[in-house]
Amino acid sequence: MEIVHPRSIEEAIAGLSDGAVPLAGGTDLMVEVNFGHVRPENVVGLRRLEPLREWDGSRIGAGVTWRRIEKEGPTALAEAARTVGSPQIRNAGTIGGNLGTASPAGDGHPFLAAVDASIELTSAGGSRLVAWDEFFVGVKKTARAPDELITAVELPDELPERQAFGKIGIRNAMVIATVCAVVTRSEDGRTTVGLGSVAPTPIRAPRAETMISSAAKPTDADLAEFQRLVSEEVRPITDHRSTEEYRRHGAGVLARRLLERCLR
Amino acid sequence: MSTRTGRKVGTPQGVVGTSPLRPDGIPKLQGRFEYAQDLAAEGMLWAATVRSPHARARIASIDIAPALAIGGVHACLTADDVPGRATFGLEHPDQPVLAAQEARFWGEPVAVVAAEDLDTARRAAAAIEVGYEPLEALTDPEEANRRDEVFRRMRIRRGDQSVRGAVVVEGEYEVGMQDQAPLGTEAGLAVPDGQGGVDLYATSQYVHVDQEQVVASLGLRPDQVRSHPTGIGGAFGAREDVNLHIHLCMLALHTGRPVKMVYRRSESFTGHVHRHPAWLRYRHEADRDGRLVRVEASVVLDGGAYASTTSAVLANACYFAVGPYTCDSVAVDGVGVRTNNPPCGAMRGFGAVQVCFGYESQMDRLAHALEMDPLTLREINALETGHPLATTGQVIQTPLPTVEVIKSLQAMPLPEAGPSDLPTELPGGSGLTSEPQHVTRGVGYALGIKNLGFSEGSDDYAQARVRITDSGAVVETAAIEVGQGLVTVLAQIARSALGISHVEVAHVDTSKIDSAGSTSASRQTQVSGGATLEAAQRLRERILGQFDGDVLDDEGVWRGDTLVTPWTALAAGDWEETVTFRHPPTTMTDDNGQGVAHADFAVAGHRAVVDVDVELGLVKVLRVDTAQDVGLALNPQSVRGQIEGGILQGVGLAVMEELVMGEGVILNPTFTDYLLPTILDAPEVEALLIEQEGSWGPYGAKGVGEPPTISSTAAVAAAIRAASGREIERVPVRPQDIALP
Repeated sequence: MEIVHPRSIEEAIAGLSDGAVPLAGGTDLMVEVNFGHVRPENVVGLRRLEPLREWDGSRIGAGVTWRRIEKEGPTALAEAARTVGSPQIRNAGTIGGNLGTASPAGDGHPFLAAVDASIELTSAGGSRLVAWDEFFVGVKKTARAPDELITAVELPDELPERQAFGKIGIRNAMVIATVCAVVTRSEDGRTTVGLGSVAPTPIRAPRAETMISSAAKPTDADLAEFQRLVSEEVRPITDHRSTEEYRRHGAGVLARRLLERCLR
Repeated sequence: MSTRTGRKVGTPQGVVGTSPLRPDGIPKLQGRFEYAQDLAAEGMLWAATVRSPHARARIASIDIAPALAIGGVHACLTADDVPGRATFGLEHPDQPVLAAQEARFWGEPVAVVAAEDLDTARRAAAAIEVGYEPLEALTDPEEANRRDEVFRRMRIRRGDQSVRGAVVVEGEYEVGMQDQAPLGTEAGLAVPDGQGGVDLYATSQYVHVDQEQVVASLGLRPDQVRSHPTGIGGAFGAREDVNLHIHLCMLALHTGRPVKMVYRRSESFTGHVHRHPAWLRYRHEADRDGRLVRVEASVVLDGGAYASTTSAVLANACYFAVGPYTCDSVAVDGVGVRTNNPPCGAMRGFGAVQVCFGYESQMDRLAHALEMDPLTLREINALETGHPLATTGQVIQTPLPTVEVIKSLQAMPLPEAGPSDLPTELPGGSGLTSEPQHVTRGVGYALGIKNLGFSEGSDDYAQARVRITDSGAVVETAAIEVGQGLVTVLAQIARSALGISHVEVAHVDTSKIDSAGSTSASRQTQVSGGATLEAAQRLRERILGQFDGDVLDDEGVWRGDTLVTPWTALAAGDWEETVTFRHPPTTMTDDNGQGVAHADFAVAGHRAVVDVDVELGLVKVLRVDTAQDVGLALNPQSVRGQIEGGILQGVGLAVMEELVMGEGVILNPTFTDYLLPTILDAPEVEALLIEQEGSWGPYGAKGVGEPPTISSTAAVAAAIRAASGREIERVPVRPQDIALP
C-alpha cells in the first residue's frame, strides 16, 4: 500500500488521477481494509492537508472533524456530531469522509438534506457544487467521480433558527442509527425534514413538509397527520438492526417530536 | 536468635477479607501486561484460518496450490493433515479439527495456513480454492427436534404428577443467542521443542483439557505437549472449548517454526461457542395462598452443529427450571438439538440464565393472577437450606439465604427522583430521542439460583502447590486467571493460612502440576482456593512441627518470644506441599432426574429500575440493585467487581446483546452491530453481600461469578414489563417489542 501526503489540494487531486483512494480520518476506510473488503494499492492521505480543515462561515472544509462540529456547528448538526461513534472516532472522522462513505445511516446526512446543503467536488478541471440530493445516488454510492475530491460542504447563508436532531438506536451511545432525523422550522412556518437510515440515501419527506408548513400553529391533529405522512414517505428495509415496520413508526414519531421541539 | 519486642502477632497484610491491589492491575492499566495477543518468538510465522461461508456444504475439493504459490507461505493444512484423532470436543469429540467431507456451520474451519507475516497468511487463506456444494441447512430447532437430531434429552419427574392448583398461569418465552464477547480475541503461540513436541501458549480457561485434546489430535505422547497459562482478556465460557489450539500445534510441528494466530473480531464471533438460544414453555399452578403446587416446563436449547457442552448446559437448565422455589410436583422435559447453527456451549450462568427468564416471568404472572406482591409470592415459596430442590429432590445442605435475599431487596430504598433532566440520562441517550414526558418508570424483581462447581458425578478437582521461597511463598497452579482476580484471591488464602504477607501466584504449565479444572462454574475460588488453603495449612503445620514452633510469620518460626528459625533458614529448606482438592461428590441423576447432582448452590436477587420510552420502545436501565449469597467475601472488592460486571452482562442480554441469525449465518459478527452496553447504558448498582458460614469453600466462601448474571436479565425484563404494560416474552427486548407489540 503506497501512501502519499499531498501538501496542496492540487497535489491531492493529482494523486487521485492514478485511481488512488482518498483517506481522511480513516474511520470507515481502515475498517474496510481490516475486514479485507478493500485493498487499495494507492492512498492519498488528506489528514495533513490544511486547506481542507478551513471552516469559513457557511463553507465547511471536508477535513473538519466531528469533534469540531460538535463544538462549533449549527445546533442540529452539532447534536448529530455528538452521536458519531466514540470521542476517538469523532477526533479522527471528518464530515467529508462521512460524505465519501455515503452510508444510508450517516449521522451527518439528515442535516445536510434538511437545509439543502451542497457538496463541493474538485478535480483538475476545477470545482463544482452538487446539491445533496444529486450527490447521494444509492447505498454507499455518490456522484463523485474517481478523479474528484470532496473539498467542502456548502450550507445556505441563512439557516432556520429552529432545528432539532434525533437518532434512534438500540444502545444509548455509540450506535448505528435505526432512524435519524433533522427537522427545521423557519419563522414563516416553512418546515423541512431530513431523514437517514430509512432509504438507500438520505431523504426528505415533502408531503409531510408541505402539509405542516401551511399550518401556522399546528394542532395535535396536524402533528399526528405530520407523523403519519413521514411514516408513509420513508422507504425502509428490514435487516439485522431493525424492521421496516419499526423504522416507519420510529421515523414518524421522531419527526413529530423534533417538530414539537422546534415549535416550543 | 532475636526476640520479639512489642510486635503484634499474626497480622500479615493482604489476607482474606481484605481487598489488596491485584498484582496484574497496574500493568493492565498501563498497557504493559502481556496478553496472548502480545506473544512473540524468534522466527515466528503467522497463521490464518479458512472458514466455510456456508451453514452446510459438501466439500468437494480443496486446492491449496494457489496459496502455496504465494511467496512466504510455509504451510497449508487440511483435514488430511491431522495426524491423530480427527475430532475434538469437551464432552464428545464430535467436532472436526478441520472440516473434511462436510462443513456443518457458517465459519467452520476448513484449512489453516502459516506464512512469514499476517498479511501474507490472510492472502494465502483467501487464495485456497474450496469447492463447496451447498446443502440444505437445518436451522430450525423445532424441526431438528422432530427429526430427533439431538445431543441430549432430559426428563425430570418429581412427586405426584396428578396434583393440580387453583390458580394456573402459562407462558412461552424465548432467549436470543448471547455472545461472551471477551475483549481479547482468541490468540496463541505454538513453539516446537525440536524433539517432536510442542509448547502451546493460548487463550484458555482450562489448559489441561486443551492439552489432552492437542495430544489426541496430534497423535503425540502426553509428555510431548505442554500447555501454558497465558494472559487472557476475558473469557465468560468462550475459552473452554478448543479452537485455534490444535491448528497452531499442527502448523508449528509441520513448519518447525513458532506459529502465532490471533482471531479478528469477526472471526472470534464464529471461533468460539455462544450462549444457547432457548425456547421455554411453562405452566405454574398454585393454591390460593400462593404456594406452588405444580410446575411444568419444557426447555429447548439449540446446540448448533457440534456437541461442545450442550448436554451439561441442558441439564443445568432443567435442574434449575423451577428456580429457588420449593414445589413437590414437578415435570421438566428438555432437549438440546443439533442444527447447522453455530455451536453453543458454556457462557456465564450455563443454562441457569435462560430458564430464569422463564420462571421469573411466570412468578410475576402468578403474582398478578393472585393479586399478590411479587416478592411476597417469592418469599412464600423460597427454597432454603434443608429443603429439597424442586427438580432433583436433592436436599440443600449448605447455607442458602433465599429469604434474606428477598428481605434485603425489599428493604432497599427506591430512587426518589423521577426521570432525569439530562437528555443523555434518558432512554435514547445521546440520540436525544426522548424527553421526560415520554418516559414511564418501571421496577422489576427476579431471583436466580445455580450450582457451584461441576455436577452430575464429574470428578471435580484442583491441584495447587504452595512452596516457601526467599521472599515468602508461591502458590503454583494451572488455574487460569481470566481477569476475575484468581491471582489475587489465591495469594490471600495462602497468606491467611501461612500467616505471612509475601505470597505470589505462579501459573505453571501442564507438565508441572496436575489439573485445576476449568475456570468456570463459579468454581476456582472454592476448588483451587480449597487446594491452596489445605496446602498452606499443611505446610505451616509441618514447618511448625519441624521446629517445634508456635507461630509462623514474615520473620520465620517463633517459639514463644524467640525466633527459632529465621526466614532465610526456612527458604534454604525444600518446603513445599501439593494438594489435590475435591468438593463433595455428586452423582448422575436417575431416569426421573432425581439425585444428588450438585455440590453447592448460590442464590441472588436483583431489583431493576428502568425508564422506558414506550412510544419508541427505548430503555434506560437506571439501577440494578442486588443481594447475593457469597458465603464469605474473601476479597470484597473483587466480589463487587464480579457483581457489577455480571449485572452489566445481564443487562446486555436484557436489552441489546444478541447474535442475529439468518439461515445459519451470523448477521452481526462485529462490535458495530453486536452491541455491548456502554457507560451510558450501565446502571448504578448497590450490592449487598450476604455472608453465612457453612459452605465447603475456603473459609466458607462461595463462587460469585455467575449469580450476578442469572437473574439480572429477568429483573430488567420485569421492570420493562411494569413500565410498558407489554408482556415481554423474549429477551433481548427490542424496540419494536415495546413500541409495536
